Amino acid sequence: MATTNDVMIRPIAGENGADPTVLSVEDVHKSFGMHKVLNGISLRICRAETLAVLGRSGTGKSVLLRLIIGLEQPDSGSICIQGKDLATLSLDQMGEVRLKMGFLFQHAALYDSLTVAQNVAFPLQHHRRDMSKSDRQDRVEQLLAEVGMEKASQKMPSDISGGMQKRVGLARALALSPEILLLDEPTAGLDPISSGEIDELVLKLQKEHQMASIVVTHDLHSAKTISNRLALLDKGKVVIEGTFEELKQSNIGFVKDFLKQT
Amino acid sequence: MSDPAITATNSNQSASINGDTQSMARPFIAIGQTVTDFFAWFGELGVFSWRVLRATFTPPFEGREFLRQLDEIGSKSFPLVALAGAAVGAVLSMEARSSLTRFGAKSLLPSAIVYSVIQEMGPIITGLVVSGRVGAGIGAELASMKVTEQIDAIEASAINPYRLLATTRILACILMLPLLTLAADGCGVLMGWLTQTVIEPVSLRQFIDRGFSGATFNDFLPPTFKTAVFGLIVGLIACFQGMRTRGGAEGVGRAATNSVVLSSLFVILADVVLVKFILVVFP
Repeated sequence: MATTNDVMIRPIAGENGADPTVLSVEDVHKSFGMHKVLNGISLRICRAETLAVLGRSGTGKSVLLRLIIGLEQPDSGSICIQGKDLATLSLDQMGEVRLKMGFLFQHAALYDSLTVAQNVAFPLQHHRRDMSKSDRQDRVEQLLAEVGMEKASQKMPSDISGGMQKRVGLARALALSPEILLLDEPTAGLDPISSGEIDELVLKLQKEHQMASIVVTHDLHSAKTISNRLALLDKGKVVIEGTFEELKQSNIGFVKDFLKQT
Repeated sequence: MSDPAITATNSNQSASINGDTQSMARPFIAIGQTVTDFFAWFGELGVFSWRVLRATFTPPFEGREFLRQLDEIGSKSFPLVALAGAAVGAVLSMEARSSLTRFGAKSLLPSAIVYSVIQEMGPIITGLVVSGRVGAGIGAELASMKVTEQIDAIEASAINPYRLLATTRILACILMLPLLTLAADGCGVLMGWLTQTVIEPVSLRQFIDRGFSGATFNDFLPPTFKTAVFGLIVGLIACFQGMRTRGGAEGVGRAATNSVVLSSLFVILADVVLVKFILVVFP
């Protein structure tokens, strides 16, 4: 178990001694105007590993994901994806790095003028221009089948429920076979049954695709189910990082309170 | 030892002076904020324009989205623009007839209609109609995409949103405005002739011959092509307002309103400058 006093980065040796780290966040600070959101956050994630980032609303969990995908820039600190520091990349290089990542937005962010199938096909149309129309169609059908949405392929996003939109968002995030998956509140606003289904889906996809994932959530049950490690944020910092059992044994007041309340 | 009553009075006086100073400074602070916002807006527009320009000249090109925008901006604006042009032609015909008859220059009526419509009324009416219909549409659509994180999703998919959303719309506006202007001009002249024919029958051929007698390409091409600049203004401002939106439904409404108001304002200002430019370059 790591705490703020004991830096939480714990490299895990990979096969043949190679560094298995695919994503590292080192001492990142981010403010919006006078409001400091992230205050020196550091995290590391390895291949096929899932890290759940927990914390109260407004502690910068979603901002952390936006920094990793490059939608925001940190004020200081570094974010490295497979050893490449995002701050040093050109726009084109940043595009190449983004292709290795899939992002599920909190409200799915489906393109409302496109059907479900067109939403999933969208990244393929732009980045797999050599792919034939029938191959693309097959790939879309396969992705929709993976998330159990094959029957809704011709529906518009406004015609499906929130949980279904998240499934489609997940299929779209997986379209380019990313190596890193970023999930922003995958179960927020869903009923317990839909939440459970999304959790099972994420677990199944992780097992099949062996991706590194970061899941931002409020839902401790979901975090416990789908992640290997949990990181608890407070006031823009990681208060504690470890397995659920390690968090449970912590003596830190905030950790105890958080676990008790959730 | 100080008298508590005097201390309280001094304290009250000091608070009152501070309050007066603050209320006196308030208008200056507001003016300062407005001036800052004004320059910040132009600064942001400059950065946005540079990003769009860079995206325009770097592959891949979004041909399919561009064609969709040509249809959305061009074909779908045609009925409104044609109607506005026709209305202007009819009104001009009636107004000019009464004025020219008063000065004994009724024979100049076809020329007055043709020149007025093609040189000024057609282009400016098209610019304003398109800024209303297309400016509001683009502003609201992009603002809605912004607040629902759809633009972020495009960027997160390693697709340049400036290329996909802004460049395609701005280029479509630039290309379609002159074509729509030709449609407005045609409808204006035709309706001008019809209105005159109702009062005093004249053949269309005769009307056209008289209207265009002595005209050169310099009289008609520059006013038509100046609308490409109107297209640039409408497209650029609507995309900029849409893509910088913050907030929810209120932000979307504000973006749509600002797109129309600002693009109409800049179209009118650009018209003044372009008319002077055309008069100097094509005397």
